[in-house]
Amino acid sequence: MKSKEVLLDIRNLEVQFQMGRKNIFTAVDDVSFQIYKGETFGLVGESGSGKTTIGRAIIRINEVSHGEIIFDGKKISGKISRDLDKEVTKNIQMIFQDPMASLNERAKVDYIVSEGLYNLKNYTSEEERKEKVANALLDVGLLPEFASRFPHEFSGGQRQRIGIARALIMEPKFIIADEPISALDVSIRAQVLNLLLELQKKKNFTYLFIAHDLSIVRYIADRVAVIHKGKIVELAETEQLFTNPIHPYTKSLLSAIPYPDPIKEKNKKILVYKPNLIEKSEENWVEIEQGHFVLINE
Amino acid sequence: MNNNKKILSVEDLVIKFRLRGNILTAIRGVNLDIFEGESLAIVGESGSGKSVFTKSFMGLLDKNGWIDSGNIIYKNNNLAKFSTEDQWLKIRGKEIAMVFQDPMTALNPLKTIGKQVKESVELHQGLKGKDAKDQVIRILEDVGISHPEKRYNQYAHEFSGGMRQRVVIAIAIACRPNILICDEPTTALDVTIQAQILKLLKDLKRKYSLTTIYITHDLGVVANVADRIAVMYAGDIIEVGLSEEVFYNPQHPYTWALLSSLPQLGTKGEPLYSIKGTPPNLFNKIKGDAFAPRNPKALEIDFIEKPPYFEITPTHKVKTWLLDPRAPKVEPPKSIKNMGRGKL
Repeated sequence: MKSKEVLLDIRNLEVQFQMGRKNIFTAVDDVSFQIYKGETFGLVGESGSGKTTIGRAIIRINEVSHGEIIFDGKKISGKISRDLDKEVTKNIQMIFQDPMASLNERAKVDYIVSEGLYNLKNYTSEEERKEKVANALLDVGLLPEFASRFPHEFSGGQRQRIGIARALIMEPKFIIADEPISALDVSIRAQVLNLLLELQKKKNFTYLFIAHDLSIVRYIADRVAVIHKGKIVELAETEQLFTNPIHPYTKSLLSAIPYPDPIKEKNKKILVYKPNLIEKSEENWVEIEQGHFVLINE
Repeated sequence: MNNNKKILSVEDLVIKFRLRGNILTAIRGVNLDIFEGESLAIVGESGSGKSVFTKSFMGLLDKNGWIDSGNIIYKNNNLAKFSTEDQWLKIRGKEIAMVFQDPMTALNPLKTIGKQVKESVELHQGLKGKDAKDQVIRILEDVGISHPEKRYNQYAHEFSGGMRQRVVIAIAIACRPNILICDEPTTALDVTIQAQILKLLKDLKRKYSLTTIYITHDLGVVANVADRIAVMYAGDIIEVGLSEEVFYNPQHPYTWALLSSLPQLGTKGEPLYSIKGTPPNLFNKIKGDAFAPRNPKALEIDFIEKPPYFEITPTHKVKTWLLDPRAPKVEPPKSIKNMGRGKL
């Protein structure tokens, strides 16, 4: 973590979905956390925990039903001015999970990468746009010539690089990476992780890294929040969380991580989280050591 | 591995596919013995041929693919020479069954779960009516589905991902196979569910004395389930050995690279080891060691001649010229040495 300057401040965020006529499903329930400038913030949870919904609420795809999101000192949730909306689009970009599904098969790389530029019209000439595309491709380790090709001509790893180039070209401050490597092969994962880290160093990005794979989060994130059923149950600096987990859900999640080590695997004990035992009592968000927060039942 | 009795032997297997007029060699002369009662993991990246390899044991190759040469010997039958569906029906399910990767697509959404398991009970155990239903309920209980009587009449959409995978396993088990092939059985699942399913598979293996073959790219899963590991690259098994041998004393540069690119072995703030380039195009003829173009320490001979197996122990065999007595000494990367023996 480079500074304690807050870039993104999420306050009591709640996101609800209408299910059928009468049922309302609360996907994100009273979530608050802050992301500092220049850090990588890991958000970990299982499928259905609401981690992706939080990411989507930040870039204004999902509507916020309660609470607010403050980015760089400005409220960006709810109704905002068109200018601010443009600013948000430019400054917050997203990298998606599946590079096989997230690129338009009928468009050339040139169009895919410049789509953001077209939308915001933040270039003055065709030459400038082309130059920006070429630079973005070079930044992610692809050749500028690739601009004239179609997505199907690329491998999974290369396609994910195109997805990253599309985010980069906007010169964002903040990137939401939603499971950016889980669809990739083992040998390609390392390449893409390295690329994300290298770009962060070079361009001073702040990342929200959404993942279910704890071993990757441990490697890449400065701080980690664990989310379970729409609530953040624990938040701490990465090593604090991994060496001293407090919440029983975090413990069970950590106990289930597969390690590439047969002796360790054969002796491992899996802790099962049984939430119904303690569900009914009051929950409090407590700081148990500096920077280490836990949702505790009292 | 409990004994050394071979249950299935693959000899010089070559599998080819025809795609848009071109011929792709997916499996390039694989030899592998599988022993009764063992748990073998086949590790490889997508396109390495691991799925195709095991599908050929069940006659499930896509229509454009065929076994070009080689043998698959199972109980005095050469499966590689099978030509009719009738022959396969005696093997598929009954002798060798498969658990597929994605429980979301492996089940029929229009039939109740009970019916789907019952089909396999009726077909393979010859039970009818109430006997069959009772048997289904016993199997559902075996795979850890609570309230099996109630669940019997439910549909796939009423089950969570983990529960669906249990049903898929139930269908495979109901055939009473000798060999159970699990093709990425937990890739689509959450970590906590993954751990439960792996435990279930291990329990069932013991209970039904199965031989299990896992196909996976996840080395954590491999470490958890495997007695023995076969590492596959570009259609060939380049290293095979006991789980401890492959994890703690890997010898092939590809195995080194695969292990050292794991984030678990990375140091924060330093780039991870990454394998340059991409796997070779299997439409082209591969000369020498298929991994050579991506191996920064490749020897000259790696580009000329395919390495044979070098035996390190009677159980550990590796295809790399580095093990030739004439080869220069090349040390495995440092990060791998840190790993292992429970220290991670």
